Amino acid sequence: MSTKHAIQAEKFLQNPDKVARHDQTFWSVRAKRDVLAYQLEEWEQLRESASQIKKHTVTHLADYLDQFEANATKNGAIVHWAKDADEYNEIVMEIMRKHNVKKVVKGKSMLTEECHLNENLFKNGIDVVETDLGERILQLMNLPPSHIIMPAIHITREQVKENFAEKGLLEKNGAQGAWSMGVADKTELEAKADPTYLTRCARYHLRDNFMEAECGMTGANFGVASTGEIVVCTNEGNADMSTSIPKLHIASIGLEKIIPNYDAMGVFQRLLARHGTGQATTVYTSHFKKPRPDGEFHIILVDNGRSSILSNEDHWQTLKCMRCGACMNTCPVYRRSMGYSYTYFIPGPIGVNLGMLKNKDANYHNCSACSLCCSCDNVCPVKVDLSTQIYKWRQELDSFGHADPMKKAMSQGMKVMFENPGLYTTALKFAPLANHMPSFLTDIKLNAWCKHHTMPEFAKESFHSLWKKGKVK
Amino acid sequence: MKVGLFVPCYVDALYPQVGVAAYKLLKSLGVDVEYPEKQTCCGQPMGNAGFQNKSEKLVENYDELFKAYDYVVAPSASCAAYVRFFHPNIVNHECQAAAKTMDIVEFLHDVLKVTAIPGAKFPHKVSLHNSCHGVRELGLSSPTERSVPRFNKIKDLLQLVEGIEVMEPERADECCGFGGMFAIEEPDVSARMGKDKLARHIATGAEFITGPDSSCLMHMQGLVKKGQGDYTSKAGRPIEFIHVVQILASGL
Repeated sequence: MSTKHAIQAEKFLQNPDKVARHDQTFWSVRAKRDVLAYQLEEWEQLRESASQIKKHTVTHLADYLDQFEANATKNGAIVHWAKDADEYNEIVMEIMRKHNVKKVVKGKSMLTEECHLNENLFKNGIDVVETDLGERILQLMNLPPSHIIMPAIHITREQVKENFAEKGLLEKNGAQGAWSMGVADKTELEAKADPTYLTRCARYHLRDNFMEAECGMTGANFGVASTGEIVVCTNEGNADMSTSIPKLHIASIGLEKIIPNYDAMGVFQRLLARHGTGQATTVYTSHFKKPRPDGEFHIILVDNGRSSILSNEDHWQTLKCMRCGACMNTCPVYRRSMGYSYTYFIPGPIGVNLGMLKNKDANYHNCSACSLCCSCDNVCPVKVDLSTQIYKWRQELDSFGHADPMKKAMSQGMKVMFENPGLYTTALKFAPLANHMPSFLTDIKLNAWCKHHTMPEFAKESFHSLWKKGKVK
Repeated sequence: MKVGLFVPCYVDALYPQVGVAAYKLLKSLGVDVEYPEKQTCCGQPMGNAGFQNKSEKLVENYDELFKAYDYVVAPSASCAAYVRFFHPNIVNHECQAAAKTMDIVEFLHDVLKVTAIPGAKFPHKVSLHNSCHGVRELGLSSPTERSVPRFNKIKDLLQLVEGIEVMEPERADECCGFGGMFAIEEPDVSARMGKDKLARHIATGAEFITGPDSSCLMHMQGLVKKGQGDYTSKAGRPIEFIHVVQILASGL
């Protein structure tokens, strides 16, 4: 029985060139990360420190959250607590209503994705404009992200052009885009789907939106308890644009993103971009501490299941994750199956685990998406034991009623055979007969191995038998 | 020093010559090696499938069978790693045999500290398959993800063989996609991983792919034999597969 992941992956794999491009794109990010890692002698110490700081923080989370709230309040921010997605959306709506917000410009935030913020705002008649370029492309195409850091990497520039044309961006912003490149006629730029041109079009399109919005929303990569500020890392400066024009800033932050102080910040800042994109640092590391003059700064601290993860002995380490995406980039399965093959909006090794913590029944399908190669464990900047956790989920599937019946039957068969050396040696004796089975009997549809492999051949005589006959000398 | 030889189930049934080479090699190096006959499997196939609870008795049997030896040596990195790191968790107590279980590469390199293998000769170009659990669980080589001094114990040993030329593929320790049940549950991703890996091995110009795990080699060999692609080595022949221990025992 195939999992949803396996079925979706099969579809993606039908286009080998697309797979090669997807794989190579993410591998090159992994390779860039490696170059930076090898340059830093203290790399492994940094990872260990980061892991320890996270462990310390999440095990003293209540204290640090209190400290964060007190300092943020002292700075003039208004701090809210949301126990789940519904409460979070209500808080956002309350602020929006109070300020009569019609349009929001928004920086990239996986937490808002998790809480379905955009759908909720649209439902309430508020226009939301994603301002991260990749996120905006996807929003215009009505697609979810396929990766947490490079959400639209699976989209080609031709697709972007077609979509920008359809949505009127080229018509409205094309002339200005071409002009900014010193080109009088945009026709040729459009014909070749020039990436610079398309980016310029998006830039002018977004600038109009920055000017019109009454509210800017951001996520947060870190919340610094000792100062009460939030830190947002971007490459496009869009978080800064989103918060520099509207007077109202709402920042959404998961409870686990709190870190103790600047010393800790120094450790994470050195690791985040190196792992995520293979850059020594993001282009912008923006610290938001207090409201702008005559403005309001709201910080919403969101639990949405995090505090219950904290008490989960096998899986609490997922709370150390800082969402850098490195585990996806290195995952050989992710690179060859793409984000949409996973049932949870966060794909790759961390997504398999977070999905299971969120909803086992919906997301157990992703547990097959792992060859247990352990590469993710070794790239993770905060040393989350990702593959061990996936292995553990597999052990639990049967108790949730989601074990594959074939695997269960096979395991039961193995149990009987491997517990009984006599039975095992008898089986060995007859195994070579299987070599003579005609391939139409073994290459049946049920035998997924034979889809791409021939059956391995049993030796005429097993080691056991050779040994018994004194032939091993 | 008394060594117990563990020949895991699939090596036993499919690749007995690997077990034979391991035994001969250990003997030739003066090791007092025994093969306790009541051995079967390490339990990894069940654990991998999500049913490690079905291997409790097997784990106890393994411990009982091997605990008297100073070392347990297996010509299979993944099985050795499974025994060493997973057995104690399956039965919830320390396992004497598990702590002493090693892959043969580790044993030769770290315990015997072999510096010469008289007679070993393999005048071929080989591409080294650094299998995942060998690299990332047993530490047979430095994982490429880590910023640590580079080393490769398999390569160190192979270089003691006369005439051999050892290459490593681009993406030296990326998974080949076997992963036990993974290959059956995710056949398409698994095959694509394997085909990509084969292409990188073949691009080194090697005639043989060699590694410490027959399971990875079996996966890649199965893909080659199915014939869904061209897997001709630069020597003009189909790429061949050989376990590391067979190369090391080539003079015996």
